[in-house]
Amino acid sequence: MAEQSDLIDVEIDGVWHSFPKGTRMIEACRQAGVEVPHYCYHPKLSSPGNCRMCLVQMGMPPRPRPGEDPPEPDEDGHVPISWMPRPVIACANTIAPNMGIRTTGELTETCREGVMELMLANHPLDCPICDQAGECSLQEFSVEHGKGESRFREQKVKKPKNVDVGPRIRLDDERCIMCSRCIRFMDEVADDPVLGFTDRGSHTTLAVYPGREMDSNYSLNTVDICPVGALTSNDFRFQMRVWFMKETQTIDTNCATGTNITVYSRQGQIYRITPRQNNEVNSDWMPDSHRLSFHWINDLESRLTDPLIKEDGKHKLADYSQAIAYASQRLQKYDAGEVAIVASARMTNEELYMVNKLKSQLDVRDIDVVARRGEADNYLISDDRNPNTAGVNTVLGVKDPGASLDLLKKDIASGKVKALLVLQEDLISDAGFTAEDLKQLDFLLTSYPTTNPTADAADVVLPGACWAEKSGTMINATGRLQRLNRAVDGPGQTLEPWEIIRDLIQELGGGNGIYSATDIFKQLAAEVSEFNGLTWGDIGDQGTQLIETGAELPPLLQRERARVASGEIIG
Amino acid sequence: MAIVVKRPKLRWWEQLYLPGIAKGLVVTGRHFINTLTGRKKVTMQYPEEKWDANLPEHYRGAPALVTDEQQRERCVACQLCEFICPPRAITIKPEEIPSDDKWAKVEKRPGSFDIDMIRCIYCGMCEEVCPEQAIFLRKDYAITGTSRDEMVHDKKKLYEIGGVREGLVNKWNDLK
Repeated sequence: MAEQSDLIDVEIDGVWHSFPKGTRMIEACRQAGVEVPHYCYHPKLSSPGNCRMCLVQMGMPPRPRPGEDPPEPDEDGHVPISWMPRPVIACANTIAPNMGIRTTGELTETCREGVMELMLANHPLDCPICDQAGECSLQEFSVEHGKGESRFREQKVKKPKNVDVGPRIRLDDERCIMCSRCIRFMDEVADDPVLGFTDRGSHTTLAVYPGREMDSNYSLNTVDICPVGALTSNDFRFQMRVWFMKETQTIDTNCATGTNITVYSRQGQIYRITPRQNNEVNSDWMPDSHRLSFHWINDLESRLTDPLIKEDGKHKLADYSQAIAYASQRLQKYDAGEVAIVASARMTNEELYMVNKLKSQLDVRDIDVVARRGEADNYLISDDRNPNTAGVNTVLGVKDPGASLDLLKKDIASGKVKALLVLQEDLISDAGFTAEDLKQLDFLLTSYPTTNPTADAADVVLPGACWAEKSGTMINATGRLQRLNRAVDGPGQTLEPWEIIRDLIQELGGGNGIYSATDIFKQLAAEVSEFNGLTWGDIGDQGTQLIETGAELPPLLQRERARVASGEIIG
Repeated sequence: MAIVVKRPKLRWWEQLYLPGIAKGLVVTGRHFINTLTGRKKVTMQYPEEKWDANLPEHYRGAPALVTDEQQRERCVACQLCEFICPPRAITIKPEEIPSDDKWAKVEKRPGSFDIDMIRCIYCGMCEEVCPEQAIFLRKDYAITGTSRDEMVHDKKKLYEIGGVREGLVNKWNDLK
């Protein structure tokens, strides 16, 4: 039927499907909607085929004896399949023409039961204290494919427990099922092959190379891919059971890569962040430094919770309407060009669009953002540590971020700029301003999630939500538009920055009918040519390519694509 | 289908009802005299008198945490009771057992364990779900307090109520 192209016909559980040549059996089954249980197989890593969980029954067209006629194909061109008496692993074998795969039936099911029984023979029954419980493949598959009882009456093998393998990771060797995913990840993706197996048989033990530790900045990815609780994160250890947490699909804002992440939170508190698969952005991985950079959000001691208005050199608590009214009353006094805005490349496109509106409302000429440069790490971290520089270029129209800040400093000193709005930035800590510089100003307004030196100097301080507390879209280094979703509520009176700017515009010049970030996105899509025709729903959880920035994919992704092309991994 | 109820056929004196009323009065009178003369007591003088000695084995009173004969706190903070609790009365904050502790190999214990007794409905789900035999419903039923805070049983109070329970399955012993 499909033999003329490079598609191959395969029968899976009695139904014929067509797949491209070279497809692994396990991927063919997945595409046909049949899940083959597996532990060691991971599409982004090589396939050693050592867990044996994906055993399936396989059949091929019968081979005629010499002199015998080959079997007659039916009207679809398929010949009857002769089933093999022994099972094969689905993860490391590719499909062949007229192949048959049975993922159910006595052979496959007894194989799975046997494999599960052997895996559980030495596995401790400590699910109540295991962090993996609730998202553990061993738990899931022992329910689906296990025997339901143990025949093992002997003593379980003792192995090292609670081993410090690295600064961020704890290893429990008794829980390890020897799938070797972590070993392959450290070798193939993190380029730091520090893990390996020692000893043999049921005494096989995962260990770190003597004198080394697992300190790669990508080490926590091994915790994600570990199918059991052998590798656990020190940071998340015993913090919260996984079934309590709400999952929010959003993006990382620590650099311009825009890594897709899932934020796990409960009762307004973030407990952990894990990478989310996006083959155009971050594959399945994320750096530890970005993953663990959320703790300040939960630290209410350092957060701004209420608007502050400075009276006689002292900050006094206010509510939002008072603070906005006061700010607008002060701002209306200045002539065109006397007000400047420093926005942030950590703001979403929607917020930048509102900043643009505020800019024309106040007749602002000086507008810039703070640039953040760092070193790219040759994996996923971009040298641009702002998440939305491309959005600043596209939406705000600032082509060279950070270039005019020195000029602004001079203008403040000379008295040309009398009022400054600092939105979601801390000029003193992050942009080389001093408190002296800001003292020259007649009026300073700042919005920021935490207390900071710029806020100390400000006349009006507004608590603005951080990345986990707001919704919007951002454009990453390669020009991909991605959605940022609100995971938790900001503390106290915290508002999302677009709400702050909207309220300020309304106070200065009347209503604008904006009630949500999606409302802004609608206007944005209608007004900014690059966004033309897009809707919030079009963007999807994986984002959509919006503009060409000329930036290359992160090096890790390029290497992964080369490995896919060479057939080493599935991708 | 309708059920046909057979009505009893009353005799003529039964239809009068008066003999029935008289019979009833005799019973009432007997109780009246028995109580008046102190021959029979029906009122228990709570709280001076209590029913405690007569509580059945399966009585569901306040939930409490127990230790075992090895003085180990049984709870490992798996939070299943917190999950199952219908009125969400339980709040647990797990912590790691320090490495110098005798039971360091158990790794995990509750740092804090609070049961809000205003919320608790004494359903016993926590006892049923516990994989470690650590929480039991005791026979304490008079849980009172003068403030909401007082009505929250913390870990110390829970172990105080629970006490030592013997004869439980020893999942964590010298070998394991």
